Amino acid sequence: MRSASSRRSRWGLRTLGLGYLALLLLAPLVLIFYKTFEHGLAPPLDAITSPNGLHALKLSLLMVAIAVPLNTIFGIGCALLLVRHRWKGNAVIDAVINLPFAISPVVIGLSLFLLYGTKGWLGPDLAEAGIEILFSVPGMVLASIFVSVPFVVRETVPVLQEIGTEQEQAASTLGANAWQTFWRVTLPAIRWGVAYGVVLTTARVLGEFGAVSIVSGSRSGETETLPLFVQKAFDNFEFAGAYGASVLLALLALTTLLAMNVLKRKEDA
Amino acid sequence: MEAHAQSSPVAPRAGIRLPGFGAGLGRGTVVLYLSLIVLLPLAALVSQSFEGGLSTFWTQVTSPPAVRSLELTVICSLIVVVINAFFGTIIAWLLVRDQFPGKSAVNAVIDLPFALPTIVASLILIELYGAHSPFGINIALTRAAVVVALLFVTLPFVVRAVQPLLIEMDREMEEAAASLGAGGFTIFRRIIFPNLLPGLAAGVALAFARALGEYGSVLLFAGGLPNTQVSSVFIRQQIESGNETGAAAVSVVLLLAALAMLFLITLIQRWSSRHERSPGAGAGAGLTVMPMSGESYTEKEDDDEVR
Repeated sequence: MRSASSRRSRWGLRTLGLGYLALLLLAPLVLIFYKTFEHGLAPPLDAITSPNGLHALKLSLLMVAIAVPLNTIFGIGCALLLVRHRWKGNAVIDAVINLPFAISPVVIGLSLFLLYGTKGWLGPDLAEAGIEILFSVPGMVLASIFVSVPFVVRETVPVLQEIGTEQEQAASTLGANAWQTFWRVTLPAIRWGVAYGVVLTTARVLGEFGAVSIVSGSRSGETETLPLFVQKAFDNFEFAGAYGASVLLALLALTTLLAMNVLKRKEDA
Repeated sequence: MEAHAQSSPVAPRAGIRLPGFGAGLGRGTVVLYLSLIVLLPLAALVSQSFEGGLSTFWTQVTSPPAVRSLELTVICSLIVVVINAFFGTIIAWLLVRDQFPGKSAVNAVIDLPFALPTIVASLILIELYGAHSPFGINIALTRAAVVVALLFVTLPFVVRAVQPLLIEMDREMEEAAASLGAGGFTIFRRIIFPNLLPGLAAGVALAFARALGEYGSVLLFAGGLPNTQVSSVFIRQQIESGNETGAAAVSVVLLLAALAMLFLITLIQRWSSRHERSPGAGAGAGLTVMPMSGESYTEKEDDDEVR
């Protein structure tokens, strides 16, 4: 059945599919690296190592350092509850967890803005107690946590379903308590799924722009993460800074892709 | 729902209990966390949108710039999901059924739009299809830019939703159809397409939800001109000009659309898993949110599927 026409249609499909990918994915990726280093290594490096650039990098890492562990612990616990403990409310929890996937980052940002703003439900009381949420780091952390809630849960649930409960039951039959069973049996069995979720969470937190930009106020050197730094540099025609920070973020994205592929292979193995 | 749910207060079936604390405490923590992080802010949003009553809400949502932004958002998102449904299916097909050098690299790079920050995507797209385009295509600050930006960020959804179904699909049906004289297009239309439909539908719904709310990637590339302003950009501008109620009202519309998409995806899943439940199918299927299980003929070989 290898007729000329079927070969022709195969090449047609290849041209269409791969051509589309080349125009949409590959060309942008190549171009950003080319553009950044067009005038050598120095301009983008100088821009990133400027005080504002370094501060943005540090703040981005701080977001990761807070949001990722919190959402990982929450994610594992929540997945265990959803899979191992039948409860009427599970369907609701499940639905709420998917919300951040579907809601616009701007809507998320605005929600936090309204809740913690001067006229919000919590804003005035917190301000009286001397706690600043909006236009400062805590608000940005809350936004980062919000947008990245689902990933660890969503990646852990299917793995937990797949491994079943036999080994856990065996462990507890042999006298292991709940903690021992969790650390020695469950966690090792789900680790690659969890790790995959952690990678996705990290990538999302590092790259989050819309939600964070609304609650941060974008003050250079104070409340600016790397993506916000990119936007401000672009708006101020400081292209070396915009491209330098973009390449840094793109490299992190490529690392994420690499990690995703390695983990997926481990998970399947 | 019935009595048996209550008859076993301590379920004997379970393996591990949540370590260290009871399920009740765990549940409480989960509910509290979700309420504080997700639900409370959203409640504040909804409350703000109705601050001036229903009529104010309606006035805000139906104001000409709000309507124009919503229309633009929906139309662009529809165009985008149609294009990506087409190319996404082709790409998934190439990745599963075709062999070509560099295939695994292509497979890996599909997720790039998930991993790349949206603001970086916007910046890159300006370089590529803006004033200094190496291809001589300048669409920056036009509606076409909105479409291209949305095409970029939603690319992985359809591919990743269709791919597992294609992998699972048995070639025998196609071979049988071919031996009965069906041509390539007939085989696709009558056999492959119906099998891929659940994944395609879920992928399209996810992509549509994402497109409706997208902000970062359209911001720099398409800008905030009156005729290129999608709803998320409109909301941002309303916040900046102090119209919080208007911003909240349009946000609630987007929120409802997002909820509708999530509900639709749940329905699609129910509908497809009612046909066949294949345990463990699609574990770790990337970001395709929920593992889809399509019609799987690989599990049992008995040929009782006559129709």
